[in-house]
Amino acid sequence: MGESSLISVQNVSYVYTSESGKEFGALSEVSLEVNPGEFVAVIGHNGSGKSTLAKHFNALLLPSKGDVVINGWNTKDQSRLWDVRQTVGMVFQNPDNQLVATTVEEDVAFGPENLGLPSQTIRQRVDEALAAVGMSEFASKEPHNLSGGQKQRVAIAGVIAMRPKCIVLDEPTAMLDPGGREEVMSTIRRLNKTEGISVVHITHFMDEAIDADRVIVMEAGKMVMSGTPREVFQRVDELRALHLDVPPVTMLAESLRRDGYCLPAGITQIDEMVKSLCQSS
Amino acid sequence: MSIELRGVSYTYGQGTPFAHKALRGIDLTISDGEILGLIGHTGSGKSTLVQHLNGLLKPTEGHVLIDGVDIGAKGTKLRDIRRRVGLVFQYPEHQLFEETVSADVAFGPKNLGLEGEELEQQVKQALQLVHLSYEDLGNRSPFELSGGQKRRVALAGVLAMQPKVLVLDEPSAGLDPRSRDELLGLIRELHEQGITIVFVTHNMSEIAQLAQRLVVMDRGKIVMDGTPREVFSRGDELASIGLGVPEITRLTRQLRRGGIDIPEDILTIEEAKEAIVQWMNQRKGAN
Repeated sequence: MGESSLISVQNVSYVYTSESGKEFGALSEVSLEVNPGEFVAVIGHNGSGKSTLAKHFNALLLPSKGDVVINGWNTKDQSRLWDVRQTVGMVFQNPDNQLVATTVEEDVAFGPENLGLPSQTIRQRVDEALAAVGMSEFASKEPHNLSGGQKQRVAIAGVIAMRPKCIVLDEPTAMLDPGGREEVMSTIRRLNKTEGISVVHITHFMDEAIDADRVIVMEAGKMVMSGTPREVFQRVDELRALHLDVPPVTMLAESLRRDGYCLPAGITQIDEMVKSLCQSS
Repeated sequence: MSIELRGVSYTYGQGTPFAHKALRGIDLTISDGEILGLIGHTGSGKSTLVQHLNGLLKPTEGHVLIDGVDIGAKGTKLRDIRRRVGLVFQYPEHQLFEETVSADVAFGPKNLGLEGEELEQQVKQALQLVHLSYEDLGNRSPFELSGGQKRRVALAGVLAMQPKVLVLDEPSAGLDPRSRDELLGLIRELHEQGITIVFVTHNMSEIAQLAQRLVVMDRGKIVMDGTPREVFSRGDELASIGLGVPEITRLTRQLRRGGIDIPEDILTIEEAKEAIVQWMNQRKGAN
């Protein structure tokens, strides 16, 4: 394990037990590291173990086997639970299930208030967090009147107000319209680039994974691929066999490559495609 | 069976300070056997429009005719209309409530007065249409199923009424790629079996794959109506009302801008590939 990694998952297996006592292995021997400032996208179909994995990142679940170490703290160490949760914040899929207060700013203040911070500090954190997601002008509005994309940005602000080192987002755009998706994605990207916050982004939309530093593919509780978007997306046949989408530009380039046209493997950007096509003919 | 909207307008909260006009003078005819996609920005009136197709909403102005019968006229039996035009809402699995899958699917036809053997047959058939096994899943709780399966149970509940027209509001929203592909395949099969399909979506690639006709809404009006190819070749106009084109169409347009001379109305990867190969061969010939 790298000394500097923010999240370190070491040989983690997780077994769910149903009410009837049946056991179901949701994760099996997963190991991975997330470094400070890194943007990691996790893809895989439903039931592949993505969400189970994500819930290990802030001790919502504890491994049945193996260890998860966050910022040097083992998540099994109860005395560090709040440090872990403050370091890694989570945003979930459904925008309607995450907001608890009657105004936007009260909702964002919920976390910092629980930390017992002085009210002036809370005020400052809330203002900064709302500014970071571009929602300052909605501070006194009622959350239920916001659009889906706006609600998700408020949920993200609630996490930001805790000053985390990493945000884990579990399909945050799945229930949003295209405008809302773009709002949320540009917010996440900005927080990653300008604030240096690590991002673990679980998604079904491949266009949201293209710009990641690393893409991880989950299947049947195992991590089956891990690499740069270029490395992962050029494995078109394997991804299709897993019923996952491939970005259209990669799909097109790989299909031409297979017919003997000389293009670099794993093109994920349109500019590169244009350049390569002009050179190859 | 045909659905005809003549000059339909709808205002929410009419006569109150919160009145909001969601539809403005809609004329639309949906013919038997069509598969029609409806797109528009959030708030453009799509969902309001589809709720008129089976009389859940009645127009504040204009007329909706289902097989020539005016749904707003006195004495029209909306029950008959709702049996013939099945409406599948967004996230329909949120409406599952029965203890077993078969009881949930049976709910609609039971209310229509079916019982016994006939009811069971109808439930079996509906589950078969969505590729779920009555024997394996019929007695299970719907809440134990996967997200994709739940959605198919909800769809079966509507199909059990044997509708002639199926209206689906964002049928694939929130599903993973596998469940999405299964569901789209299912919709295509239902269409091939003669059911008229109207579906609302935000996913332009889905439209390109599925729809024969595409209707575009903006601020309560229909602003475009044509084949997907016709509509998606008007990319700039779509962008001006906050809509996109399929990813592959966007890609080919960007390739064109980069100097690669291929048609701009491409809708599938195969078409794009063919066009690029042709372009490269021409270039080689010219050099």
